[in-house]
Amino acid sequence: MRVTIKLFAYFRDSRFKAENREIPDGTTVGEIVDSLGIDREEVGVLMINSRHAAFDSVLEENCMLAIFPMIGGG
Amino acid sequence: MTDKIFRVNMSTLTTSVEEVPAEWAGHGGRGLTSTIVAAEVNPTCHPLGSANKLVIAPGLLSGTVAANSGRISIGAKSPLTGTIKESNAGGTAAQLLARAGCKAIIIEGVPGEDKWYSLALTPEGITINEETELIGKGNFEVLSVLDSRLEGKQAVLTIGQAGEMRLAAANISIKDPDGGLRSSGRGGLGAVMGSKKIKFITIDPKDGKVAIADPDKFKQANRVFAKALVDHPISQGLGQYGTNVLVNIINEAGGLPTRNFTSGQFDGHEAISGETMHDTILERGGKVKHNCHAGCVIQCSQVYHDAKKEKLTSGFEYESIWAMGADCCVDNLDHIAEADRIMDDIGIDTIETSVAMGVAMEGGVLEFGDGAGVCRILKEEVASGSALGRIIGNGAGAVGRAFGLTRVPVVKNQAIPAYDPRAIKGIGITYATSTQGADHTMGYTIATNILNVGGNVDPLTKEGQVELSRNLQVATAAIDSTGMCLFIAFAALDNETCLPALVDMLNARFDLNLTGDDVVSLGQSILKTERAFNSAAGFTAADDRLPEFFYTEPLPPHNTVFDFSDEEIATFWDF
Ligand code: SF4
Repeated sequence: MRVTIKLFAYFRDSRFKAENREIPDGTTVGEIVDSLGIDREEVGVLMINSRHAAFDSVLEENCMLAIFPMIGGG
Repeated sequence: MTDKIFRVNMSTLTTSVEEVPAEWAGHGGRGLTSTIVAAEVNPTCHPLGSANKLVIAPGLLSGTVAANSGRISIGAKSPLTGTIKESNAGGTAAQLLARAGCKAIIIEGVPGEDKWYSLALTPEGITINEETELIGKGNFEVLSVLDSRLEGKQAVLTIGQAGEMRLAAANISIKDPDGGLRSSGRGGLGAVMGSKKIKFITIDPKDGKVAIADPDKFKQANRVFAKALVDHPISQGLGQYGTNVLVNIINEAGGLPTRNFTSGQFDGHEAISGETMHDTILERGGKVKHNCHAGCVIQCSQVYHDAKKEKLTSGFEYESIWAMGADCCVDNLDHIAEADRIMDDIGIDTIETSVAMGVAMEGGVLEFGDGAGVCRILKEEVASGSALGRIIGNGAGAVGRAFGLTRVPVVKNQAIPAYDPRAIKGIGITYATSTQGADHTMGYTIATNILNVGGNVDPLTKEGQVELSRNLQVATAAIDSTGMCLFIAFAALDNETCLPALVDMLNARFDLNLTGDDVVSLGQSILKTERAFNSAAGFTAADDRLPEFFYTEPLPPHNTVFDFSDEEIATFWDF
């Protein structure tokens, strides 16, 4: 199935901003994070289709996964 | 040197230096400004009349080497909201005021004659001088003229044309270490200063130093504290991308108010994001990292250059960029930066004015997305005080009334900032209940609703939001009293060495034995003091509400509304 992966802040460095990927059914968010070589410890926020998700959340057809490092402001 | 109260009476043009009453001694920053305003200002007074007082106080730790402790609090009854107000800013004023031995400046009365003045504060006292040359001038000209007039490194607080015109969105600008400006932005305090006919205030501490009861203990605690700040990954992100790193994440969460609060996502988000801003700054030779006062170890500020590689603006914040950007649908960072600079020069709140501009766009004054038009209106209408300029300069509520609109995002007449309460419900509780009108900084639930700091509370459900907002509002009131920048809160929420080190510094500075619990009670009592003032000014529970459209117009993409009942909101005050 196809999903869109979006990266933010320094996670984009030598990776990408957004990419479409073909992935096997049942792939979890954590597996995607690992496959990108992103240290799970550095991940601050995960969202699938604009809702907060976790490493063990399972991706669905055509979903949009956003991966952010720990960031803040205000 | 024991700190003193410096009092200025603009009706009689006299000044005095007074001992600090015992009941004020434990207060600083917001706790002190609110305590003084509550004690000395008649809550029903006209905010621009002689009965209102402008109170300026450094935080309890300002002027020391404590990291990030140089924030100043300015308080009064607000001409925008009619509530009590504390507006918090960086710049060099807090540190120099503390070093001058000043616990607070209290400015009362209004002059009888139609003349303008400036104030000059030194450890010996404060003098009132007539001012003619700089009247009608913008803040940047004030700074540059004062640079040649003043000796040494003095702090400057100034108002632009907006303050002189007593517009309800006028701010008080404070010089930063590099001659840029920081703003006590919210609530129209510049109009209060203008009503007292004070164009600027200078602070020269001479060789004054802040006394520390136990210097060794202080140093040690500061080391732990600064390390907690520096080590937190969010501090590092703030240094790299500034607060504007939030555009993309708030957009992704569907909570970025767009096109005058009709959508939670903005197509142009990438163009105005922190990531784009970071790359643009690097490309044009600006400064990615910059501090609003010496001793800040986070450095969320920056210097943004234009395409010709010349300085355009500094301290370019997420909320300003959101307001001028997504809310007005302007997807050009250079237009937003130019608008930011003009607003800094006129001395007007970038949040209030830009949200007002979004409402004006809905009213047909100009097209959504017209960044050049925004800059033109700021320069030609607001700065010169035309009728339209004054309506916009009086804030989003004034524009809504002038154009007969219902989608007017204000609480207690203060513009709602960069997080939509339908998609991030905790912040809606903060907007509704804050003692100062809609203000994200009063209880920044975004940390836990969106950023996973201090745990997580689902932004789209009601569960846990009232408690979250309450805990944060209490903590914030206390932090705002220390002179600490609010961005210490990320470390404080996640790192258990941070807050105890802060309490240790307070104890070492004043020879006290405070505990964490005392800090919580301090925060609670400040909120209660502020609320009591508002009640006496005529505010009731019915004012703790969001505008109607938040309850009735679902916000895409989540298509949710703000759905707290009045009773649920009222439970905020159960403490
Ligand atoms: S983190 Fe930003 S707002 Fe806070 S003290 Fe530093 S520069 Fe100022």
